[in-house]
Amino acid sequence: MKISIQVNEGPYQHEASDTAYQFTKAALAAGHEIFRVFFYHDGVNNATRLAVPPQDDRNISAQWSELAKENNLDMVVCIAAAQRRGIMDPDEAKRQGLDADNIAEGFRISGLGQLIEAGIESDRLVVFGD
Amino acid sequence: MALLHTVNKSPFESNTFDTCLGLAKDGSTILLIEDGVYAATTGHSVAEKIKNASGISFAVLGPDLQARGLEGKLADGIKVVDYEGFVTLVTEHDAVQSWL
Repeated sequence: MKISIQVNEGPYQHEASDTAYQFTKAALAAGHEIFRVFFYHDGVNNATRLAVPPQDDRNISAQWSELAKENNLDMVVCIAAAQRRGIMDPDEAKRQGLDADNIAEGFRISGLGQLIEAGIESDRLVVFGD
Repeated sequence: MALLHTVNKSPFESNTFDTCLGLAKDGSTILLIEDGVYAATTGHSVAEKIKNASGISFAVLGPDLQARGLEGKLADGIKVVDYEGFVTLVTEHDAVQSWL
């Protein structure tokens, strides 16, 4: 089955990012296709590569990047939500005249149309959030 | 249409569980995840509501129940699932409604 995931909550806030990650992993393990993981609202904070949690804690952003690499996941960050929260890829940082970018490997910045497409193309859309 | 409802807030913190229970139709399943697992325990008014709800199935995410030390307080009639079981519930229902 084709499944898409929407994440509306930032990492280390409540539990939504963890649940979304564990669900995605389990869906892949069960042989389902993950069409897209869409990060919206505070969920875009999952996409920073500059988070440095304590060594005995999980690194949620890095977990997503690793899962994406292993499974060729399409992880999309909402551009409007990302700009408000300072999540930048090199192109956006340059366009905004900023001195740095921070997007983690495996994430890409795009628009809400990607969420709509995920909803249309997938058999199920599962939303995780606050 | 059989829906899978997910509730992720404690019924003592938010009214999403009550709203969900009030709107869920026969044949649907309510899956309690994250702090929503508190609704799956015994000894309070919410447990009575679950006991009296007919036509609706209840499930709880085991890892979240364990993370809160609540395995021993699980009410009767609630199925414990792991993440794999969560995925199966998603595929077995026509759509998923997340009560956030």
